[in-house]
Amino acid sequence: MKILTTVKRVTDPDMKVKIKPDGSGIVTDGVEYKMNSFDEYGVEEAIRLKEEHGGEVVVVSVGPDASTKEIRTALAMGADRGVLVETDADLDSDAVARLIAEVAKKESPDIIVMGKQAVDSDRNQAGQMLAAYLGYPQATFAFELSVADGWATVGREVDGGTSTKRVKLPAIVTADLRLNEPRYASLPGIIKAKRKKIDRFSPEDLGVDIASKVNVLVFEAPPEREAGQIVDGVDALIGKLRDEAKVF
Amino acid sequence: MSNVLVVAEHVGGALRNVTLSAINFGKQAASITGGKVHVLVLGDGVDAVAKQLADGGYGADTVHLANGGQFANYLAENYAPAVAEVAKAVGAEVVCSPSSTTGKDLLPRVAALLEAGMVSDAIEVFDDGGIRFKRPLWADNVITTVEVSTPVKVISVRTTVYDALEGQPSAALETVSISAGAFDGAEFVSFDQVKSDRPELTDADVVVAGGRGLKAGENFEMLMNLADLLGGAVGASRAAVDSGYAPNDWQIGQTGKVVAPNLYFAVAISGAIQHLAGMKGSKTIVAINKDPEAPIFQVADYGLVADAFAVVPELTQKLKDAGIGG
Ligand SMILES: Cc1cc2nc3c(=O)[nH]c(=O)nc-3n(C[C@H](O)[C@H](O)[C@H](O)COP(=O)(O)OP(=O)(O)OC[C@H]3O[C@@H](n4cnc5c(N)ncnc54)[C@H](O)[C@@H]3O)c2cc1C
Ligand SMILES: Nc1ncnc2c1ncn2[C@@H]1O[C@H](COP(=O)(O)O)[C@@H](O)[C@H]1O
Repeated sequence: MKILTTVKRVTDPDMKVKIKPDGSGIVTDGVEYKMNSFDEYGVEEAIRLKEEHGGEVVVVSVGPDASTKEIRTALAMGADRGVLVETDADLDSDAVARLIAEVAKKESPDIIVMGKQAVDSDRNQAGQMLAAYLGYPQATFAFELSVADGWATVGREVDGGTSTKRVKLPAIVTADLRLNEPRYASLPGIIKAKRKKIDRFSPEDLGVDIASKVNVLVFEAPPEREAGQIVDGVDALIGKLRDEAKVF
Repeated sequence: MSNVLVVAEHVGGALRNVTLSAINFGKQAASITGGKVHVLVLGDGVDAVAKQLADGGYGADTVHLANGGQFANYLAENYAPAVAEVAKAVGAEVVCSPSSTTGKDLLPRVAALLEAGMVSDAIEVFDDGGIRFKRPLWADNVITTVEVSTPVKVISVRTTVYDALEGQPSAALETVSISAGAFDGAEFVSFDQVKSDRPELTDADVVVAGGRGLKAGENFEMLMNLADLLGGAVGASRAAVDSGYAPNDWQIGQTGKVVAPNLYFAVAISGAIQHLAGMKGSKTIVAINKDPEAPIFQVADYGLVADAFAVVPELTQKLKDAGIGG
């Protein structure tokens, strides 16, 4: 089974980003980057599929040259080889999906496992768009995945509970946070990853026009909440809620 | 080509209220594009939902009803081509839907079919020499203003910032037939609904949320008692859901639900930025945490530094005694 999985290089999700004074973007000086959290779950699931069914895991990233670090992390976890679609441009999810579609056409995977959402831009779009561009079925927000007889059965986290869907391979699956527990790269894994191959393409090589359909005009900070007060006990709290906040 | 198409959402034959918020957004968008508000109801035997949307005075101009076996259960593969077809038929410039899990699953597929740019989680639509949208990102620590350069714009709407409209003229109701067939290779198996008599988290006036500090699922009971007294919903942090104390449907935050009730209780929740992203828009926030340094106190209007196991039952009892709630 050939499994394609995707990783995005994102700002460290535990750091609070700062906005440039002129509103043209975020401050990138001193910012740390890492693999998008949801993609860690996607990569882990891809490796588990290979462990169960055999085959190959190919990890794809779209981004600057520095994204090879996130690809190497996936390779150290157990993916077999990497593909970097190299661009310094800030892409919308649509352009990312169209680029990955071209990689998928070259690779002909049986399944593509992605994250449900990149935690920097919070769009939650690329997997579903990729499915549409390839004409594949999609199973988003997966917390459970099994593959048998050319179909994937996917437990999905949805409003109101959970739901189960079956999709015929090739298909797109996007990972939610309860899908698995991503492994850490082992030292031998890290050493092996150094010798694994990473192919590079430019968007032009893939024949994709990466012009954005959605353009960001201004970045701004949301209004801050004013700091509140500490109350000393339940009676005081009820008093404040009733007389000051007037919620009762 | 200046109309707005809102995709309605229903579950178990009942309209979801988030649809009404999306219609309000749609009406604001239509006032900028200079078009009409069309609402599409896809399903199998969902005439009552369509009638409610047409008669309810929620702001639609025309409600389109498409019944079909392939729409009996929601599947993106069958819904997306149908939405794209109707969007073209009504000349939609804006196609929108709530940013629910269904909307998030469906709309990007629709956008790709329409070769449209998509904006996720819109919180504002306005005119600035063209239609513009605002949306939060980076766990709600950044707001961007965006423009969509394609003729059709697909938007998922953060419904907590839009109320339902009332008292608008009723809408025309039309039946449409969809020519796209069923997708071969996607099957709905089941929907396991978390049964509850409480209001939906995204609609509730009061939300009582618990975190990992509660240490066990059964300790959520005291939160349920407080929520039930106040007619509220119960929510949870990701850590509480991951630990199995609460169902996934209760998760509030960047990657769970976004809520904005009148009153939000954060009980034994530390206040990680990913959690704050889901509740910062609440009107009044109360934090109960035994750690005075917990970051949740920085966004709380009222903080109680205390052991939740002592003060939550005390609070519920004293509210009852004071004749509040119930
Ligand atoms: C990509 C990503 C997405 C995420 N998405 C979300 C999301 O959508 N929603 C979300 O919530 N989190 C999310 N998280 C996780 C988030 O970073 C935190 O780990 C999580 O919110 C912590 O949950 P918690 O506050 O319940 O647990 P902890 O941080 O462990 O806090 C427990 C708190 O309970 C207090 N406490 C303990 N005992 C008591 C007691 N007896 N009485 C009173 N207080 C007590 C402690 O002082 C502590 O402050 C995400 C993380 C990542 C990386
Ligand atoms: N630049 C990228 N390179 C590789 N994968 C990406 C990229 N952007 C998004 N993805 C994948 O698509 C998923 C959803 O991203 P998004 O639509 O941007 O929220 C992510 O979890 C990744 O798996």
